Amino acid sequence: MKAFVVAISALLLGQPPQQTPKTAAPIDLTGYWVSIVSEDWRYRMVTPTKGDFQGVPVTQDAVKAANDWSPEADTAAGNQCRSYGAPAIMRVPGRFHFTWDGDRTLKLDVDAGTQTRLFKFDKAVAKSDRTWQGDSVAEWDMQPAGRGAAAGAPRPSTSLGAVLSNVEGRRGSLKVVTTNLKSGYLRKNGVPYSEDAKLTEYFDVMRARNGDVLLMVTSIVDDPKYLRQPFIVSTQFKKQPDARGWEPTPCSASW
Amino acid sequence: MFRQLVAIGVLALAAPAFAQTELAGSWAARNHEDGLERGGGPYAVDYTGLPINDEARAKALSYSADQLSMIEHQCGQWPPFYLVKGPFGMKIWNEIDQVTGNTIAIKIGAWEDKALQTIWMDGRPHPSKNAPHDRGGFTTGEWQGTTLVTYTTHIKAGSLRRNGVPNSDQATIEAHFVRHGDVLTVLEIIEDPVYLTEPELVSKSFQPDPNPMSPVGPPCVAGYEGVPEGKVPHYLPGTNPSIDELTKFYGIPREATLGGAETMYPEYRKTIKDKFVRPEKCTQNCGAPAPPPPPPR
Repeated sequence: MKAFVVAISALLLGQPPQQTPKTAAPIDLTGYWVSIVSEDWRYRMVTPTKGDFQGVPVTQDAVKAANDWSPEADTAAGNQCRSYGAPAIMRVPGRFHFTWDGDRTLKLDVDAGTQTRLFKFDKAVAKSDRTWQGDSVAEWDMQPAGRGAAAGAPRPSTSLGAVLSNVEGRRGSLKVVTTNLKSGYLRKNGVPYSEDAKLTEYFDVMRARNGDVLLMVTSIVDDPKYLRQPFIVSTQFKKQPDARGWEPTPCSASW
Repeated sequence: MFRQLVAIGVLALAAPAFAQTELAGSWAARNHEDGLERGGGPYAVDYTGLPINDEARAKALSYSADQLSMIEHQCGQWPPFYLVKGPFGMKIWNEIDQVTGNTIAIKIGAWEDKALQTIWMDGRPHPSKNAPHDRGGFTTGEWQGTTLVTYTTHIKAGSLRRNGVPNSDQATIEAHFVRHGDVLTVLEIIEDPVYLTEPELVSKSFQPDPNPMSPVGPPCVAGYEGVPEGKVPHYLPGTNPSIDELTKFYGIPREATLGGAETMYPEYRKTIKDKFVRPEKCTQNCGAPAPPPPPPR
């Protein structure tokens, strides 16, 4: 009887009892992922030219700041990591390695710039000093179970579902909100974000028909100082079976 | 108490079998990535990040934009993946079975340079490989949780990028419509056994548009480029005048501008590291907002 009550309570609360964020994960992000740079190529694979803002809804303050960009000055001041902060790092071409650091923190190591992000599944994250990666609060964005064509429709004769199944039986995505950032660059050519920027990200894992396991990260940067509207980009990664290509490198102000 | 708990438990377990999310409405495009391609259009020879093969590259280099004046090519720039690669938002609505209320199809509206797309949700199979191809292709869809996953076949040959990089009529598109709050992101996985060596991945985000969009647009017509009837504008091998534009304006080595799967991966930066020369300042398509007007006197 007691077990039944617990189970029913768990159902109503939407989460099994004593689940940790690690055991409740609806998707498996752990492992190595490689960037697929099929968009914004000339802003990501090379250092863009000074004053190139294409696509970014910048304010006049941002234009002024970016026109003062100097990679040499950044290097001299020890600020080579300005283009590796959380609002930019997922756009930096590289390998990304997810692991669990305990049951409540998802850790993301990035080889480009040798950066580490910590996604903490606790609402009250203790504020630290401002950093390039800031403080990240994570939560699973759970979806109801179920798959198929429109409600009530007959199943396809050759079910797409058999091919397009998700990685796990459970469904959902990872939502991460990051604040407490040091000001940095959205792009390597000094297009800025301020320390008041707020980054919201959604991590979605999907399996393609061809068997590739893909990660899409939708990033929304709000910054009243340097952006006229939220800056929204989505970035794709492909899962790797191992650490091939993993090559930690230091930050550099240009490449 | 026990009975009440059982009843509540049964109700909880009786949730709808098919999780879905609402996609209907008008969606404004957020072209914050590939801003030039999703705006005025890409440079004539910018194949960066495209996993094209040699045949595709050769065909792309022979392409002249004057082909838009040929009635045979009047809509060739805009196959269905233009939904993500083009500048526009989208209008989505459901076609309903009036008796059961079930969604038979989800429709994405047309505009001048994109055909109406019908996503069949009723489980029908794709047609025979010998069935006619049309501008919108043939698309089926299903819900995976709250993500709509679609698969498109039977499209027409056209352009993978609006600068003549080709797609064949064997190309397929797998699309994932993922909604998080007021942000809808569409990821397309484009495969083409004729012209691509790996899938191309492209995505774009949309947000609700308070202004209703029209579900139709004017017809796609041939432009006038002053080309005499019967002539096919093109460049012979080695004569494309735009081949070094990206090098001139952005310092990008020619080999990178010509694309290929290797240009999609991070280590390609090493390949071009010593050949890339960053120009001092952006002079073309820089995207800066217009300066504010001077204060009134």
